[in-house]
Amino acid sequence: MPTSRLPSSPIHEAIHHAGRIVLGKERQIRLALVCLLARGHLLIEDLPGVGKTILAHVLARLLGLNFHRIQCTADMLPADIIGVSIYDRNSGGFQFHPGPIFAQVILVDEINRATPKSQSALLEAMEEHQVTCEGETRPLPDPFFVIATQNPYHQIGTFPLPESQLDRFLMRIEMGYPDQAAERELLAGADRRDMVASLNPCLEPGELIELQRTVREVHVSAALIAYVQALAEHTRRSPDYEAGLSPRAALALLRAARAWALIDRRDLVLPEDIQAVLPAVAGHRLHPASGAPNASASDIAAALIGAVPIP
Amino acid sequence: MATSTPGKVRGARRVSPALTRSQELWLFACAVVTLLPDVEYAPVWLTVAVAAGIVWRLALWWRRAALPSRWLLTFLVVAGSAGIFFTYRQFFGKDPGIALLILFLALKLLEMRSVRDGLSVIFLCYFLLLTHFLNEQGIGVAGFTLTALVVVTAALASLGHAGRSVAEQLRLSAVMLAQATPFMLVLFLLFPRVQGPLWGMPADAYSGMSGLSDTMSPGSISNLSLSGEIAFRVKFDGEAPPKPALYWRGPVLTLFDGRTWRAGARQGKVSLPDTASGRTFRYSVTLEPHNKHWLFALEMPGTLPPDAVLARDYQLLSRMPVRSRIRYEMQSRLDFVPGAEESEASLQSHLNMPANNPRTRALAMQWRSESATDEALIRRMLDHFRQENFFYTLTPPLLGENSIDQFLFDTRRGFCEHFASAFVFAMRAAGVPARVVTGYQGGEQNPVDGYLIVRQSDAHAWAEVWLKDTGWVRIDPTAAIAPSRIEAGLASAVPAGEPLPFFVRADLSWLRDIRFRWDAVTNSWNQWVLGYTPQRQREVLSRLGMREPDWKAMTAVMAALCGLLLLGLTFWTLHKRIHADKTVRAWNRLSRRLARVGLARKDWEGPADYARRVALAQPELARPMETIAALYIELRYGKLGSKATQQQLHGLIANLEIAAPK
Repeated sequence: MPTSRLPSSPIHEAIHHAGRIVLGKERQIRLALVCLLARGHLLIEDLPGVGKTILAHVLARLLGLNFHRIQCTADMLPADIIGVSIYDRNSGGFQFHPGPIFAQVILVDEINRATPKSQSALLEAMEEHQVTCEGETRPLPDPFFVIATQNPYHQIGTFPLPESQLDRFLMRIEMGYPDQAAERELLAGADRRDMVASLNPCLEPGELIELQRTVREVHVSAALIAYVQALAEHTRRSPDYEAGLSPRAALALLRAARAWALIDRRDLVLPEDIQAVLPAVAGHRLHPASGAPNASASDIAAALIGAVPIP
Repeated sequence: MATSTPGKVRGARRVSPALTRSQELWLFACAVVTLLPDVEYAPVWLTVAVAAGIVWRLALWWRRAALPSRWLLTFLVVAGSAGIFFTYRQFFGKDPGIALLILFLALKLLEMRSVRDGLSVIFLCYFLLLTHFLNEQGIGVAGFTLTALVVVTAALASLGHAGRSVAEQLRLSAVMLAQATPFMLVLFLLFPRVQGPLWGMPADAYSGMSGLSDTMSPGSISNLSLSGEIAFRVKFDGEAPPKPALYWRGPVLTLFDGRTWRAGARQGKVSLPDTASGRTFRYSVTLEPHNKHWLFALEMPGTLPPDAVLARDYQLLSRMPVRSRIRYEMQSRLDFVPGAEESEASLQSHLNMPANNPRTRALAMQWRSESATDEALIRRMLDHFRQENFFYTLTPPLLGENSIDQFLFDTRRGFCEHFASAFVFAMRAAGVPARVVTGYQGGEQNPVDGYLIVRQSDAHAWAEVWLKDTGWVRIDPTAAIAPSRIEAGLASAVPAGEPLPFFVRADLSWLRDIRFRWDAVTNSWNQWVLGYTPQRQREVLSRLGMREPDWKAMTAVMAALCGLLLLGLTFWTLHKRIHADKTVRAWNRLSRRLARVGLARKDWEGPADYARRVALAQPELARPMETIAALYIELRYGKLGSKATQQQLHGLIANLEIAAPK
């Protein structure tokens, strides 16, 4: 990169360590960290067994965050996520037992298996960073990062997230199969679970919050805002899309691009940063009007990038 | 994507959008700031009512409660207007007009719902800010108004865009006003001035000005002496006379009813002393408005200011009452004694007296018979003041109908008007023509700017007697009883502990120092801002090189300068954009140059990607491309791009050596 670079931070160390466990997925690791730094939530859409859980686990471990996992089922109730108050005979009052949501990194496995009621309870908590149970509002830990997964196939007996709830996720990414070399190394290497257990945190939780704050200070120039506007404007005018990008989507794009620039050790955002995060940020928010219902996020983003000149 | 029309449509009229809560707060702030100086001038009940109204409105804001109903507001309008009518007995005029505006501003806050209402509040505030200058034009008011202007303009800006923080709104407003400042200066300097105010002021505008009056009764001057207000300022051209010689002549009083002195007939021609010879002093007087005709000059005036006449009793009179601060040049002869040619009838009128105060008359007759000459008689009288137990005090006892008798024989405590009045009465009783002269004595030199400041506390009364073969001779009985009053000023003459005006006290020297400095600032403000008359304007413009400027030339220059300023400001605001455009043009030029080797930039390609692609295709371009992209990124996407960076970018792109493809 030609511009002056910021010094390397513990976040790069984390990327390095994660790359040694989740093989050949450096882009996904980066995007997941960008999502976390931009204070957003992540949706991973892929088949089982491609390393979603390991990725979530590795991130929590490296960033020194505590980790819970929620496996969604059709008979799950909101209380199973949030927690319940149970009568305690000794104290003579109700005692709140926090649910699995009270953790800093949460992996919500197969979110589309949960009923809409449970889904919305979860998504409310993601949006508000707090839960309300029996009239009492309890704050969730900070940082609070949700990684939800959903299986794009085998849709029988599932409740796909509606668009409005997809919007709650800053990014949606796909893991994809590892390439041959990575897979060979995986098969030949040590057990991934043992490797995760042996990891040491690269940074303190306080440091992470500080980094999240730094993200907001990454400079965005008027020319760059003009580019984001041009992108959004194109999706709104072009007949290729069912609906254009919302202002919230444009804001999400900027937030993610700032974090991407920071991970790239710059204190200013370039059009390249926008283009880098566009598939993950805009892919689940844009729907082609016709023709290709199964178009991938990267195809949609590539078409959009190619159609809009940088002002 | 469908866009919704902003604002709802009711009938054919578009309804103004509702105010946000922060906008409402801005509007409250600007109303409070605007109304603050009015506390001093508005009637107390109105101040209390308006304050209550604003507090009520704030409470409604706090509780997000509904605004009062239209009926209640109508009632408040009627009640408030009635109150103003009963306070002033009219609706027309400066004070009732301002009071009505204050009332309506407070009531408008109570029915303020939409942006449109907010705009009326803001324009009402702008207008009310202007009205503060009708009461006072000092530097303090100007400073306050300027500050208030920033707040009101920030409120106006918040109506346009509510999303900014308080500091940002204030900064925006300050920047806008700063941009307007050069226009203000051009208009101030060049707008053709007219003599006097641009518009007539209602009659009540001049009430409440303090100063000497054309009557004098016991207590009137000692009351005036309690005021520290400035009567006029004097700048001597050269040496100033010594302090005891500074008698500033004001109203001359000849008619007496036993208690009160009044001015007599003034008509008649007198000759001015010859200023070419004798001890002539030149000076300029800047007189504060007092709504009376007289002007002040050292005894005796030798020249006449424009639009002024000299009365028979050597009093300077302006044709129009002095209603704004005026400045006039004067020359005076200190050794001139007028009245040698006084007529018999005139002298007779200076002997008239009522048939009261018998004890004084008897005493005067006794002295008359004991004194050979008029001079001896005067000496006898002054000796009487000096030797008997007379006191000079600011708080003399009250006197009844035979005030002279009571003063001379019973109380023996008095201020200058008591001594002057008793002296003149006794002289007349003894058959010597005499009159009372009021005015100011002394003054205080401001070491900062050299101006002599004469305050109301320097008000004084003395006597003139007519001596055969000489004329009217000034006799100051106060000088006999309290010589330090004349030599050093009031503070050293009255006994300690008397209620002197704060500013006149001799102690607190640091305070005097501050006061002198402040007064010098105020004086320059008066001289150069408030006193910027057509004559001053001509002086300034001719010094700036405009010869014989008439209003047409001034208007032309003013329009030209405003146009230039506008151009400059436009250029300044557009500068950044032009700057950015240059960067983009240079970048596109690079793409066009590289297009010859098939490396044109794709229009969606970012600078870093482009540099990388060119570097891959032509490795010898890697280094320069890296630098060029870095410069471009700094200029277009960075926080600070300087002119130097811009030039560097231009140079690099122009000098880039592109080899033909192999």
